[in-house]
Amino acid sequence: MKNFLFTSIGKKVSMALSAIFLMIFLLQHFLINITSVFSESLFNWLSHFMGTNPLVQFILQPVLIAGVIFHFVMGFYLEIQNRRATKYEYQKERGGANSTWMSRNMIWSGLVILSFLVLHFIDFWIPEMNYKYVEFLPDDPDRYYEELVHKFENPFRVSLYCASFVLLALHLLHGFSSALKSMGTNKSYASSVKNLSLVYSIGIPAGFCFIAIFHYIFH
Amino acid sequence: MKLTLKIWRQKNFDTKGSIVNYEIDNISPDMSFLEMLDVLNADLILRDEDPVSFDHDCREGICGSCSLFINGQAHGPDRRITTCQLHMRKFKDGDTIYIEPFRAKAFPVIKDLVVDRSAFDRIQQSGGYISINTSGNTQDANSIPINKDDADDAFDAATCIGCGACVATCKNSSAMLFVGAKVSQYSLLPQGQTEASRRVTNMVNQMDLEGFGNCSNTGACEVECPKGISLDNIARMNRELIRASINK
Amino acid sequence: MTKKKLTYSLNYRRPKSEYNSSDELMICIRYYHKCSKTNKTKIIKKSTGVKCRLEDWNSDWHKSPDRSPVKDSDPNYRKKNKLLKQKVKTFDIEELFKSVKNDSFSPYLNSKLPKGPIDRKWTNHKNTINLVSPANKRNIDVIVVGTGLAGGSACATLAELGYNVKAFCFQDSPRRAHSIAAQGGINAAKNYQGDGDSIYRLFYDTVKGGDYRSREENVYRLAEVSANIIDQCVAQGVPFARDYGGLLDNRSFGGVLVSRTFYAKGQTGQQLLLGAYSAMNRQIARGKIKMYNRHEMLDVVIVNGKARGIITRNLVNGEIERHSAHAVVLATGGYGNVFYLSTNAMGSNVTAAWKAHKRGAYFANPCFTQIHPTCIPVSGDHQSKLTLMSESLRNDGRIWVPKNIKDVEDIRSGKLKPTEIKEEDRDYFLERRYPAFGNLVPRDVASRAAKERCDAGYGVNKTGEAVYLDFASSITRYGKEQALVNGQDDNNLEIVERLGKEIIKKKYGNLFQMYEKIVDQNPYETPMMIYPAVHYTMGGIWVDYNLMTTIPGLYAIGEANFSDHGANRLGASALMQGLADGYFVLPYTIGDYLSDEISTGPIANDSEEFITAEREAKEKLDTLINNNGSKSVDYFHKKLGKIMWNKCGMARNKMDLESAIEEISKLRKEFWKDVKVPGDQNEFNEELAKAGRVADFLELGELFAKDALEREESCGGHFREEYQTKEGEATRKKEFQFVSAWEYVGEPKNAILHKEKLEYENIEVKERSYK
Repeated sequence: MKNFLFTSIGKKVSMALSAIFLMIFLLQHFLINITSVFSESLFNWLSHFMGTNPLVQFILQPVLIAGVIFHFVMGFYLEIQNRRATKYEYQKERGGANSTWMSRNMIWSGLVILSFLVLHFIDFWIPEMNYKYVEFLPDDPDRYYEELVHKFENPFRVSLYCASFVLLALHLLHGFSSALKSMGTNKSYASSVKNLSLVYSIGIPAGFCFIAIFHYIFH
Repeated sequence: MKLTLKIWRQKNFDTKGSIVNYEIDNISPDMSFLEMLDVLNADLILRDEDPVSFDHDCREGICGSCSLFINGQAHGPDRRITTCQLHMRKFKDGDTIYIEPFRAKAFPVIKDLVVDRSAFDRIQQSGGYISINTSGNTQDANSIPINKDDADDAFDAATCIGCGACVATCKNSSAMLFVGAKVSQYSLLPQGQTEASRRVTNMVNQMDLEGFGNCSNTGACEVECPKGISLDNIARMNRELIRASINK
Repeated sequence: MTKKKLTYSLNYRRPKSEYNSSDELMICIRYYHKCSKTNKTKIIKKSTGVKCRLEDWNSDWHKSPDRSPVKDSDPNYRKKNKLLKQKVKTFDIEELFKSVKNDSFSPYLNSKLPKGPIDRKWTNHKNTINLVSPANKRNIDVIVVGTGLAGGSACATLAELGYNVKAFCFQDSPRRAHSIAAQGGINAAKNYQGDGDSIYRLFYDTVKGGDYRSREENVYRLAEVSANIIDQCVAQGVPFARDYGGLLDNRSFGGVLVSRTFYAKGQTGQQLLLGAYSAMNRQIARGKIKMYNRHEMLDVVIVNGKARGIITRNLVNGEIERHSAHAVVLATGGYGNVFYLSTNAMGSNVTAAWKAHKRGAYFANPCFTQIHPTCIPVSGDHQSKLTLMSESLRNDGRIWVPKNIKDVEDIRSGKLKPTEIKEEDRDYFLERRYPAFGNLVPRDVASRAAKERCDAGYGVNKTGEAVYLDFASSITRYGKEQALVNGQDDNNLEIVERLGKEIIKKKYGNLFQMYEKIVDQNPYETPMMIYPAVHYTMGGIWVDYNLMTTIPGLYAIGEANFSDHGANRLGASALMQGLADGYFVLPYTIGDYLSDEISTGPIANDSEEFITAEREAKEKLDTLINNNGSKSVDYFHKKLGKIMWNKCGMARNKMDLESAIEEISKLRKEFWKDVKVPGDQNEFNEELAKAGRVADFLELGELFAKDALEREESCGGHFREEYQTKEGEATRKKEFQFVSAWEYVGEPKNAILHKEKLEYENIEVKERSYK
C-alpha cells in the first residue's frame, strides 16, 4: 500500500480521492448557502452549528484544509512531473482536435480557483477566525446572514465571484469524471457518470452564482 | 499537388534538431503520405542531400512502425488510421505540412523522425505475459469457456499495435493507454488471473521508471489511437492496481 | 562448401576384367563434386568424343610431365591429347549439368525421414533423437534471426528449455515482424465443430493444395502438432473469437470442406505474434534471451563446416558486430519483395537466407510464389506497397470486366460509370470459364484469369490493371431475403438495397472501410477494383526433417524454409506452419545436433573465419557507400520488380524466363556500377540497408527465373504457358515430382540443381479441376 501511493497511478488515485472529498464538501457548502435564499433563520442556524460544533471546528475543518492543500500541492507536483516527461515541445500541435479545453488546462482553472480561495479566506474565513478565536467576541447566532448579504453588495465582487465559479465549472466538467475514472469506475457506469458530472459541474457553480446574484439584487 | 513540408531534421540523439523547409511538387492525391515522403527522398538522394529517415514497415496499418506527428496530430488529420494509411487527398494543393517525430522524454529521437520506442518493450518484459511454458499438452483450448463479451473486450484491448501515438499525443506523455490495454487484455481472461496482481504492479512500476507522464484523462489518446483502444482500459488498470495493493 | 575437380577417365561399361587390351574405349572428363556435409563425392562424366585403346591409356597420366593421357603408342596421340586439353578448357559445368538433368536424384540431400507408418513417424523420431541434458543446455548458445511467428516462438521455447538465445530483428521491436499482417486465421485439426475434421484430412488438404510438391512427412507432422498450437496460444492469452457459449469459434477457409480455421477478427496474425512476443518477453526478463533490435544479419559464419555465428550491422549506429553460437536458426520470412510490389512489408528481405545460400545452404523451389487475387490495384508509379483484401470477399463478390472494349475506354476516361454498364455487356469471366466453382476457384486460377483479361486490354483502371469485384447482386439477394424475413416489400428496391447493404456491412465492414480509405471510393455504391499481387513464397532454404539446412548447425524455419506448402499454400496455413516450427518442432530437433556440442565450450568470435566474414561484409558496404553512382536503390528495385512481374509472374514461358535471366544479370552489373547510396556507414542509414537487400534480390531473382525455366511443368503457383491444356489449365508432370534444391557456385544462373524425390505413400496423386 505504501508503494502504491508512490506509483503514478497511486498519485492519480490520491488526487482523485482528495477531489472527491472536496466535491462532497462543496456540495455540503452549497446546500447550506442555498438556504439563505429562502430562509434566513435556517441559514443562521446551520451556520451557527457549523461554526460552533467542536467536531466540525477541530476535526473536519483541519481535514478540509489539509485536503485543499494536498489537492493543490499534488496538482502542481504532478504538473511539474508531467512537464518533465514531455521535455520536447512540438512546433505545431493541435490539442483541440482530440481533447477538450478543460481537460488540457486543469492547472490554469485550478490556479484561478486557488486565487479565489485566497480571496474567500480573506473575506469569510479570516474574519470568522478573528471573531471567534482572536477577539473572543460574544456568540451571536444571527449574524451570519447579514454578513453574507453584506459581502454581495459590491457589483465588482459579485462578478469576480461569478467568474471564479465559471472556472470552477470548467474544472469540474473534466475533474468530476476524471476523478471517477482514476478511481477505476467500470465502463457500465459511464453514461450515469457523464450525466451526474454534467448536473454537478454546472448545477453547483450555477447555484453559487445564483445565490450571489440573488442577494445582490434583493438587498 | 504542390506542398511545403516543414520537417524535423536531427542528425542523432546528441545533436540539436530543427525544422527544415522543403518544397515538393507533382504529388498525386492517390499517394499515401509515406509515398509522398518516398518521392521527397528520391529527390534528395539525387540532389546529394541526406534523405529524411522515418520508421515504416508493413504500410498497411498493423505493424505499428510508422509514427509521424503531422500538422499537430499523431498519424495526421484522419481518424482510426496510421500514418501509412493516410492519403494525400486529405490535403489541399499549396498546403504547408508540419512533420515531426513522436515526442516524449521516454522516446528519444534516433534520427530525424525515427524515435526509440524500446521503453514499450521493457514495460512488456516487466510483466506483459502469462507465465506458461511451451509444452505439447497444455490443457485443451476449450476447457475454460470464456464469456463472449469478455473475450471481445480482451480482443479489443489486444489490438494495440504499440505505435506510441497515445504517448505522442498526450500532453503529459503518458503511456497509460498502452499499459492499460495490455493489463486489460490479460485481466479479462481467466488465464491471466493467476498473476494479475504481480503483472499490473510490475508493469506500472516499469512505466514510471521509463519516465512517462501521468494520466489526466484528457482522452486525447483514445481519439488518436489508430485502433480506437478505449479509455476504459486505463480505468480498468487503475482498478486492478488498487485491488492489487489492497490485497497485498 | 563444395570442392570441384576435373580429371580424365575411360568410360568402362563393364567390369575392367572383361576388356581386352586392344579394346577401344571412350575417354571422359570426370567432374568430381564433393560435398563436405555428407563427405561423399559425386562423379559426373562427360564424353569427349575421343577414343583410345586400353593399351594406349596412360593411367598415371597426371604424373607424366605433360599430363597427357594417351601414350605415344597411339598413332594419333598428339592430336588426341591436344583435343582432350581443348575439351577441358572449354568445359562448361552448366552445360554438363543440363545434360545429366534428369538422370538421378541427388545423394547430398539427406532428408533424414524417419521410418515407420506416417502417423507414428514424428513420435518415433522424437523418441529416438538425441537430447541435451538441462545442465548442458545452459552452456549452449543459439542464435535466432528474425522474430516473427516462427522466430519468436522458437526463441521463447528454446529459452524455456534452457538454451541461451540471442535473437535478432531488423525492426525496432520483435512485435513488428510481418507475421503481424496476416488476416484470416490459423488452421488446426481440432474438430471442435464435429464436421469430420482430422489430422489426416488437414494433411491431405495441405498436400493436395500444394499440388503434390511438398514433403509428405513434414506436412503430416504439421497437421499433427496443429492442435497443440491452439492449446498453447489460448493458454498464453491469445483472444481468439468465441461464440456465445464461451467456446472457440471456427470458420471455413480457402476451399476446404470443414471449418477448422481459428481466428481473431481480421487480425489473427497480430494476436498470434503478440502471443509469441509475450512469451519472448518473459524469457527476455529472465535473461535467457538477449534481444538485439534494429540489427540486420549480413552473413553467416561457417567454422570447420558448421554454422557458428553471424555478422550483423547495428542499424542505429552502423556498427558491424560478430556474434557466435553453437547453432544458428534463420526465421527470416519470405522473399516476395523481389517483385518490388508485394503485400510484404517494406523491410522484408532475402538477405539472411541468401547469404546462407551463398555459404552452402541449398535453396529450394525459388519459383514457387503465391499470387493473391484480391488486392487493391496499383494506383501509379509512386506505389510502394500493395494491400491485401481478405479472400473471403469472393464468397459474395462477382468478378467481371466489360465485354466491349469501347466501354473499357469510356470507363478509363471517366465518361462511364461501372454501374451504368448493362448486365449483358458484362463479362463475368470466372463464371464463364469455371462454371462449377465460379468466383471461388483457387487463388492461382483466379489470379491468372484476371491477368488474362487485363492483358487482353479489358483492365478497368487508369493503368489497365484491375477488374471489378461487384457486390450489387449479393446486396440485392441478401436484401430480398431480409425483406421477406422482416415482412417488408421485397419488390421495393430502396428497402431491399438498404437491408442488403446492412448485411454486407456486418460481414465485411472493416474491409470495405479499409478499401474506402485507400481508394476513396465507396464500395457499397460502386464495384471494388482488385488485382492480383504477390504475397507469399512457398520456396525457401532446403531443410531436412529436422529443419536443418545443408550446412550443419544452420536451421531454417517458417516461411524461410520450403518444406510444407509445396507449390501452393492453403489459406490460414502460414501461421500454422510458423508456430509449429517454432513452438513444437525446432526446439526438439535442434537437440539432435546440439547433443554433440555439449563439450565444445564457448564459441570464439575472433577466429579467422569471423574476422574474414566481418571484413567482407564491411567491404561490401564500403563499395556501396563509395560507389557514387547516379541512380537510387529504388530505381534498381523497381526495375527488378518489373522484370520479375512481367516475366516470372503469374504466367511464365521459356523465352521470357531466358531473357529475364539475362536482364537481371545485366541489371545487377549496372547496380554495382551505378547505384548511389547517400550518407555514411557509421550512422542510421536506411538507404544503405536497402541497398544491401536489393543487391541480394538481384541475385535471387536470377535463380528464381532459372528455377522457373528448369521446371518444365505447371503446378500450383508456377504456371508455364507451354504446359497447359487447351482450356488453359495447368499440366503437372510426373517427372517433375521432386524438390529442386540449388547449390550456389558463383553466378546464380550457374547454380547446380540437386533433386529430392517426392514420394506419396499415403495420398494418391490426382489432377485438380475446377470446371
